[in-house]
Amino acid sequence: MTEIAHYSEVWRHRTPRKRLFMWMGWLALVALFVWCWQLMTENTMWYFVLDAPRQAADIGGRMVPPRWSYLPELMQPLWDTINIATLGTIGGVIMAVPVAFMAARNTTPSQTILRPMALFIIVTSRSINSLIWALLLVAIIGPGLLAGIVAIALRSIGFVGKLLYEAIEETDARQIEAIEATGASGAQVLSYGIVPQIMPAFWGISVFRWDINIRESTILGLVGAGGIGLKLQASLNTLAWSQVTVILLLILATVVLSEWVSARMRQAII
Amino acid sequence: MSSVAAYPTTWRRPPQIVKDRRWRIALQIGIFVYLVLAISTVDVNWSRVYEGLERGQRFAMGFLQPDFTSRWTDISRGLIESLTMTLTSTVVGVIISVPVGIGAARNLVPRSVYYVCRGIIAVSRALQEVIIAIFLVAMFGFGPFAGFLTLSFATIGFIAKLLADDIEEIDEAQAESIRATGASWVQLINYAIQPQVMPRLIGLSLYRLDINFRESAVIGIVGAGGIGATLNTAIDRYEYDSAGAVLLIIILIVMVAEYSSSYLRKFLQ
Repeated sequence: MTEIAHYSEVWRHRTPRKRLFMWMGWLALVALFVWCWQLMTENTMWYFVLDAPRQAADIGGRMVPPRWSYLPELMQPLWDTINIATLGTIGGVIMAVPVAFMAARNTTPSQTILRPMALFIIVTSRSINSLIWALLLVAIIGPGLLAGIVAIALRSIGFVGKLLYEAIEETDARQIEAIEATGASGAQVLSYGIVPQIMPAFWGISVFRWDINIRESTILGLVGAGGIGLKLQASLNTLAWSQVTVILLLILATVVLSEWVSARMRQAII
Repeated sequence: MSSVAAYPTTWRRPPQIVKDRRWRIALQIGIFVYLVLAISTVDVNWSRVYEGLERGQRFAMGFLQPDFTSRWTDISRGLIESLTMTLTSTVVGVIISVPVGIGAARNLVPRSVYYVCRGIIAVSRALQEVIIAIFLVAMFGFGPFAGFLTLSFATIGFIAKLLADDIEEIDEAQAESIRATGASWVQLINYAIQPQVMPRLIGLSLYRLDINFRESAVIGIVGAGGIGATLNTAIDRYEYDSAGAVLLIIILIVMVAEYSSSYLRKFLQ
């Protein structure tokens, strides 16, 4: 009648040693979190934090009802915003194509110099947000639409360049070889072997980036780079919260619409 | 002889995307008209641009010869704020987004919970970080605490959505077999769902850590603390060499974060 010992043992997912390591890992994370939290909140005024619900209620009360009569004034900035995004995307794509061809392993003219340079351009452009680009460009070329367009373009290089060079690297080598076998020159191989293969990806990436750019260009005005963000900044500065509501709703509608357009276009292409 | 002469000697590449010729022409005309209209609205003050080129040159010089030392106390404070903000907001955001993500998975919860959780995700994703930051700074005052709240809020939308999509795509057979043992809902989550989605959740969290650092550099511009505030001050003072130093630090940290997080994700999966 003796019970078999190992039946009574409880099944566990991991060995004790592994469990110990996992607990150590979690403990380290918690300790790091507490430490960071203390560093971060060193200078926090808790009085303001405790006051926040009252402030929120106050702002919320001022935000409704939205001042709809402000809407006609917003149409011109909205048109500007769309132009910033579209022209910026076009500019960015034009600059990104050569960078992508230099960065792709199978088309780069030189592995040692040009490819690292192209990769560096891509990383730089990707790691700096368009708002920071706009901040710099407003200081350099003055406030206005041009700064916004250039900021969007510079930011788009990295995104488009990275996705495009990955697409180029994934092209089918047999098709390129077939074109080469006809005695085609380098440019002809590019035009007949590679370009047709990456065309759908290219349009898909461009439209996707355009959608993101619409989203980003709505706030570029906060640093003076034109568009609807300028109106947002002006309304915030005058504490006209009922106008802020209208602007935010308009931005939301634009973003949702552009997302829908880009999804439809990508569906049609791919 | 005549049949040879009729044989076409040139070949034109067939169109790939818009197959109909009339549509193609209409599209081209439409794009042209739009470009004319759009470019005409951009009035550029060329004399201002020309003046600015000299400043741009100084900025490029500042970027090549960055000045880390003269504003080092400001830079290091901004950097510490940014890094601590990034870590705490990612941790808190992930902790909140796990229940939200489970609630937003169609195959685990009743419909009412599903719609509530998807609603939370939609709200968090629809608004940009900068706009949320403006509001939170107005409510909680300037400083990294508002930034921490902004990034946590943005993290919820990102992680919860991807986690929910991942849970919806799990292998149903494993969940079914756990259910067949008579497991409760919590046991189902613990033994069937969690092992399947955990590697991806960790990967997503690391990716979000990376994004949060980038965003922490931006929301400082509207007063939410961090390295963005330092950068904004440096540019306002026309100290392009300090601004160049800040930008180089941002690029470096982003590069390190991107490579180490992609390495870690490969190691974990």
